[in-house]
Amino acid sequence: MRMFTDDWNDLTPDQRLAARLDAWQNAPIEFASPEVKQAYVDRVQLWRDAIALKKPAHVPITPWIGLFPMRYAGFTGHDGYYDYDKLAQAWDKYHADFQPDAIAMTLAMVPGKVFEILDYKMYAWPGHGTEEDTSYQYNEREWMKDDEYDLLINDPSNYWQRYYVPRMFGALEPWSMLSPFTDLCEIPFTAPFFVPFARPPVKQMLQKMMDAGDAAMEWLQAFIAIDGEQMATLGIPSMAGSSTKAPYDILGDTMRGTRGLMLDKFRRPEKVKAAMERLVPLAINWALRSADVNRHPIVFIPIHKGADGFMSDEDYRTLYWPTFKAVLLGLIEEGLVPLVFAEGGYNERLQVIADPDIPKGRMIWMFDDTDMARAKKIVGARQCIGGNVPGSLLAMGEPAQVDAYVKDLLRKVAGDGGFLLGTGVVLDEAKPENFRAFIDAGRKYGADA
Amino acid sequence: MSRELTEAVSDLREADALRITDELLESGADPLTIVAACKEAMDVIGQRFADGQAFIPELIMAGEIMQAISGKVKPHLASQPAEDKLGTVVLCTVQGDIHNIGKDIVASMLGIAGFDVVDLGVDVAIPTVVQKVRELHPQILGLSGLLTTAFDSMKATVAAVAEAGVRDQVKIMVGGAPVNEDVCAYVGADGWGKDAVAAVQLARTWVGGA
Repeated sequence: MRMFTDDWNDLTPDQRLAARLDAWQNAPIEFASPEVKQAYVDRVQLWRDAIALKKPAHVPITPWIGLFPMRYAGFTGHDGYYDYDKLAQAWDKYHADFQPDAIAMTLAMVPGKVFEILDYKMYAWPGHGTEEDTSYQYNEREWMKDDEYDLLINDPSNYWQRYYVPRMFGALEPWSMLSPFTDLCEIPFTAPFFVPFARPPVKQMLQKMMDAGDAAMEWLQAFIAIDGEQMATLGIPSMAGSSTKAPYDILGDTMRGTRGLMLDKFRRPEKVKAAMERLVPLAINWALRSADVNRHPIVFIPIHKGADGFMSDEDYRTLYWPTFKAVLLGLIEEGLVPLVFAEGGYNERLQVIADPDIPKGRMIWMFDDTDMARAKKIVGARQCIGGNVPGSLLAMGEPAQVDAYVKDLLRKVAGDGGFLLGTGVVLDEAKPENFRAFIDAGRKYGADA
Repeated sequence: MSRELTEAVSDLREADALRITDELLESGADPLTIVAACKEAMDVIGQRFADGQAFIPELIMAGEIMQAISGKVKPHLASQPAEDKLGTVVLCTVQGDIHNIGKDIVASMLGIAGFDVVDLGVDVAIPTVVQKVRELHPQILGLSGLLTTAFDSMKATVAAVAEAGVRDQVKIMVGGAPVNEDVCAYVGADGWGKDAVAAVQLARTWVGGA
C-alpha cells in the first residue's frame, strides 16, 4: 500500500497533517526567483494560518473560478474546453492581472475531446448540447435505476463497470459484455474471463479508451504546464490536490438523480442508507490516492443535495450527515484537509456541521448563500470558513456595491482570522470591473481585518 | 373517505393514497371529490412548506402521488370545463440552461392548483417562447434558470416578448436558485418567487384566484 512517508502508520493525524502541509509549502518547484519562492511559501502560510484558525498576515483571496478567465480574455467556454493555447493565455492573464492566493481550479476546464471520443452522455458541454459560451451542464436523469440498489451495495465496482459506466458513455457500452474482474482467481477460470475481449465491439471500445487516454494525457500535460506557470512565476499555490463527494451526493447528483433519490427516501430508505454506507470507504480512497500523488493536503468536496430546502433538518441529521461525517473523519485521520463547498443555502445545517466530533481547525467550510455572521459564530468557532460573495452581484452589480459587500463581509467575519475570501459560486460570469473591485476590496479591507 | 384521502396524500402515504383512490372509484364516488381532496392535500403541503415543515422531497413525492391518482381518475372524468381553470401558464427553462428540477416542481404545483400548464421544456429558444405566447395567449409566462448566465437569456426572452408586441398581455415571472429581486428587475420581469410555493401564490394573485 502506498504511503505518504515511510513511517506513515506510526504518525498521529496531527503529524500527518503537518507532514502534508510541509510537503505542500515546500513543493519542489523551480521558481523564477527567490522572491517568487517566498511569495509561494507566504501564500501557503496564509492557508495554514486560516485552517488553524489563526489570523493570517492578510485575508487569503481564494475565489472559485469557472469560465470567467476565458471571457475576461475574450474567449468562449468552448475555447476553454478545446483549445489549450487559449486556455493557457486566459489563465496567465487572469492570474497575472489579479494575483489571487490560489490558482483557479483548472480541473473545472474539462477536455471536450475526451468526451467526444467516449460519447459522454451524462453531461452537455459547449457545442454538445449547450451553446458555445456556457459551462458544462448535467443531464438530469436516473442513470442508476430504482431497482439497482442491491447490485450497487453487493459489488460497487461491478455495478459501475457493467451497468453505470455503459450508460454514461456510448463508447463504453460493451463493458456490459465483460465479466466481473472478481471472477479472476484460479487458473481454470481465467481464460473464460478473456473470451469477451475477442468480440469486435469490445475491441473497438478498447481502442476508443486508448484514444481517450491520449486526449486526456494531452489535457493533463497542458493543465500541469498552466498551473506550473502560475506557481513558478507568480508564487500562487494550487487550491486542492484531490476531490471527493458526500455519499448522499454521489447517489443524488449523478446516479439516482435529484428527483429519483428524493423519492427513494420515501420508498426505499433502508437501501439508500446501505448504499451510502457502502460508498464511504470508496469516497475516502478516491481522495487519498490523488492527494498522495499530488502531495497536496486539501481535498475539494462540492456538496449539493443537503442544502436548505432540499431536505428536512431531521433528514439532514439522520440521512445526509452520518456518512458524510464518516468521510470527513476518514480524510482527517489521514492528515488531509477537507475543503467543503456548500452550494446553495446552508443556514439550517450550521449546528449539525459544527459537529464536536470533528477535530477543531482541521477543515474548511466555504459557503454560498448562507448568513455568514451566523456561520462564523457557529461553524467558525471550530473550523475555517469562507466564500459567500454572490455571483449575481459580480455579474450584475456595480464596483461600489462589490466594494461595500466585501467590506461588510470582512468586518463581520474576518477579524480574528480563520476566514478565506471567496465567491459563493464557481464564477463564469462577472463584469471585469466588479471582479477587480472584489480583489481590491479583499486587499484593502483584508490587510487589517 | 375523501378526508382520509387528503390525509394520506398530505402525509405522503403513497400506498394508502392509491388504495383509497381505488376504493372511492369502485364505490362510484364522484371523481371530482377525489380531485378536490388532492387539491386540499396540496394546500396542506404547500402550507407546511411555507412554514418550514416540508421541503422539496415532500413536494416532489406529493406531486408523484397526485400524478398517480390523476392517472386513475382521468378515465372517470369528463373533460373539465375551461372556466374551472384559473388560467394558462407557459413555462420553460431559458435558452442556454438545461436545469429542469425547479421548473418541473413549479409545473406540477401550478397544475394541481388549477392552472393549465404548458411546459416548453429546457434550453428553449427565444423565438419558441414568443411563438407560444402569441399562439396560446397565456396569462402568465414563467422563466426558470439556475445559471447566472441565464439572467441574460431571461432578459433577452422578456425583450423578445416585448418586441413581438405582446408584453402587455402576459405577466412574466422568473425563478431559480440565484434569482432575486435584483435579477427580476434586471431581466424586466413582473415578479419572481424563491420557490414553487411562492410561484403558485404569485400566479394566483395575478389571476385574482387568491
